[in-house]
Amino acid sequence: MTINDLNTILPLVVLAGWSVVVLLADLWIPKDRKGWTAALSAVGLVVVLGLTLARGGTVQKAFFGTVLVDGFALYLDIIFLVGGLAGIALAYDYLKRMELERGEYYPLLLIAISGMMLMTYANDLIIVFLALELLSLPLYIMAGFARFNLQSEEAALKYFLLGSFASGLVLYGVALLFGASGHTDLPGLVNTMRAGTGNQALFLFGAALLLVGFSFKTGIVPFHMWMPDVYQGAPSPATAFMSVGAKAAGFAALMRVFVTVFPSLSDDLTPILWALAAITMVVGNVLAISQKNIKRLLAYSSIAQSGYLLMAFVPYANAEVSSDSIAAMLFYLLAYTLTTFGAWAVIIQMEQQERRGLEVADYAGLGKRHPWLGLAMTIFMLSFTGVPLTLGFWGKFYLFSTAVEGGFVGLALIGLLTSVVSAFYYLRVVVVMYMQPGDPPVKQNRWVNLTALLAAAVVVGLAFIPGSVLDLALQAVLQLQ
Amino acid sequence: MLADWTYIGIFILVALFVPAIAITFAAILSPRVPGTLKQSAYECGMESVGKSWIQYKSQYYIFALVFLVFDVEIVFLYPFAIAYNQLTLFAVLEVILFLLILVAGLVYIWRKGELEWA
Amino acid sequence: MPLAYYIGLSAVMFILGIMGVLLRRNALVVFMSLELIFNSANLLFITFASYYQLLAGQIMVFFVMTVAAAEVAVGLALMVEIFRTKNTINIDQMSQMKG
Repeated sequence: MTINDLNTILPLVVLAGWSVVVLLADLWIPKDRKGWTAALSAVGLVVVLGLTLARGGTVQKAFFGTVLVDGFALYLDIIFLVGGLAGIALAYDYLKRMELERGEYYPLLLIAISGMMLMTYANDLIIVFLALELLSLPLYIMAGFARFNLQSEEAALKYFLLGSFASGLVLYGVALLFGASGHTDLPGLVNTMRAGTGNQALFLFGAALLLVGFSFKTGIVPFHMWMPDVYQGAPSPATAFMSVGAKAAGFAALMRVFVTVFPSLSDDLTPILWALAAITMVVGNVLAISQKNIKRLLAYSSIAQSGYLLMAFVPYANAEVSSDSIAAMLFYLLAYTLTTFGAWAVIIQMEQQERRGLEVADYAGLGKRHPWLGLAMTIFMLSFTGVPLTLGFWGKFYLFSTAVEGGFVGLALIGLLTSVVSAFYYLRVVVVMYMQPGDPPVKQNRWVNLTALLAAAVVVGLAFIPGSVLDLALQAVLQLQ
Repeated sequence: MLADWTYIGIFILVALFVPAIAITFAAILSPRVPGTLKQSAYECGMESVGKSWIQYKSQYYIFALVFLVFDVEIVFLYPFAIAYNQLTLFAVLEVILFLLILVAGLVYIWRKGELEWA
Repeated sequence: MPLAYYIGLSAVMFILGIMGVLLRRNALVVFMSLELIFNSANLLFITFASYYQLLAGQIMVFFVMTVAAAEVAVGLALMVEIFRTKNTINIDQMSQMKG
C-alpha cells in the first residue's frame, strides 16, 4: 500500500475516517444537542461528495488492482452520497419525535455508505464480500434502532438472520469461484474463463450462489420474504435509506461481477435471470394490491422495482445491448432513488407516535389540507407507476426498449402489463388523498419537507431532459468495460 | 504423511501417560486425613449461594461481545508480528492506524460507561 | 489426502448449515448454522489456497473470521435485546407483522 493507493480512494478514506470521528465526537455532545452529530455527518457527506465530483471520470486502479475507480463507481457514489444526505434529513426530526434520538444513527449511516462506495469500487471478490458486510452490519442495527419496540426488534433480527444467510451464500460462491480458477480478482477470473482452463461446474455453482445471495439482498422473488416485515418494522428513515442503498449496492455488485466475469455462462444464466425478473415483477405488483399499510405497500412496490431493474440484466452477455441496458438500469436507479426518498419523506411526516398514521386510509384528505405534500406524493406515485412527465416513465421506457432491443419482447410485455397492474395500488393512494374527506395530522419539518419537495421537483424537472441524464449513465457504463 | 501421523500418535500417548503417572503416584504416596472442609466441593473465592440457574446480568453479555471483537482482531496482528522485520514504514503505520481504530472503539465503550460495573 | 475429501467435508458442512438455517426455530441455533456456513467457506478457501499454492485464499480466511466476529457481536446484541423485551428468541413467535 502506498500513498497513491490511498489517494485513489480518497473519498472513501475520508468518509470512513469521518464516521469514526463523528462516532467519537458524539460521545461529548450532550443529549439535547444531537443535531450537532447530524450536522457533522452531513458536512462530512458534502465534503466527500465534493471530493468525488472533483476527481472526475478518470479510471484508476489501486491496492494491486483489487480496487477500481471508474465512471460507473462515480455515478453510483453520487447516488449514495446524495441518498445519505436525504437519509440524515429524514432521520433527524423523526428520531427526535419518536424519542429514539441517539447519536449513533448518523455514524452508522456513514459507515453503511462507505460500504456501498467500496462495493462500487470492488474489482476483487474479497472486496465484494467485505463491502457487502460493511454495508449490511450498520443496516441491521439501524433496522432495530427503535429499542424495546417489538416490531423494530423483530425486523432487525429477521433482517440480520436472512442478510447473514445471504452473505454466507455469497461467500461460499466466492470460495467456489476461487476454487474453479485460482483467482478472486475479476480480471483473473475473466482470463481463466476466456482461456477455458477453469473448472466449469464449480464456476457455474459459484455464479449461481452469488446470484442467490445478491437476490436476497436486493429482494428478488423467491428470496423476498423478509422484505415486507423488515420494511414495516424498521424505523421509517432507516427503511427509506436501506431500500435505496442496499438495493443499489446489491445491483452494483451483481452488474460488475456478471457483466465482466460471467458472459460465457449466459446460456445457463439468461433463462434463469429472465424467469427471476418476470416472477419478481408479477409477484411484487400483485401482492402489493391487497396491502393496507403504506410501509408494506412500498415494500412490495420495492420488490416489483427490483424485478424491473433485474430486467436490465437479462441481455447482459450480449455485448451490443449490454451497455445500453446497463445505462438504462443506472438511469432507473436514479429515478428510483429520488422517488423513494420523496415518498418516504411524505410517509415520515404522516407517521404518528406508536406507529399510527401508516394505513393508506389515514391519507384521506391530505391532498386538500396540505396541497404541496399531496402534490409531491402524487408525483411520486405517478413516477413509481411510470406515467409520462415523470422520471419514472423514462426509466421504464429505456428499460423496456433495451429489453426489446436484446430480443426479450415477452419480458418487456410482462413489464408493461405489471406496470398497468401497479397503477391500481399507486393511484389508490392518490384517490384516497384527494377524494376522501379527512384531516390527517401532519408533523411538518423543514428538512423533511425540503427533501420531499426537492425530490418532486427533480423527478419532474429531469423528465424534461432525459437524454442528457441517459448520456451521463452511458458514459458511466463505457468506462466499466 | 504416515510418519507425521505416527508422531501425533506418540504425542497423544505421552500426553495421556504423564498425567496418569502423576495421579497414580499421588494416590499411592499421599496420607489420607479426611475432614469436612477437605471433602467439600472445591470453589475458588467465596462459598457459592443458591442455584446456578438464575438470570445473569446482561452486562456480562456486553463484556463478552466487546471482548469477542477485540479478541478476534488479534488475527491481523499475528501475521504483522511475524513479518515485522520485512515491513516498510508505511505498512507499520497502517497497522498503527488499525489499532487506533480499535482504540476508538475502546474510547466509545469507556465513554458509554460500559466498563463500569454497575 | 485427495482434494475431494476436503471439498466433500466443506459441502457437507455447507448443506448442514443451510438446513439448520431453514429448519431450526431457535434464533441462536440458526445463528450457529450461519457460522457453520461461513466456516465451510473458510475450509474451502484454505483447501484451494494449498492446492493452488496461493496466499490469497488464506488472506480471505482472515477477513472472513474478523467479519464473522463483528457479525456475532451485532447478532448476539440483537438477540439479547429481543430476549429482554419478549423473553423468547423463537423465530416462530416473531409474528408482530402480517399481511
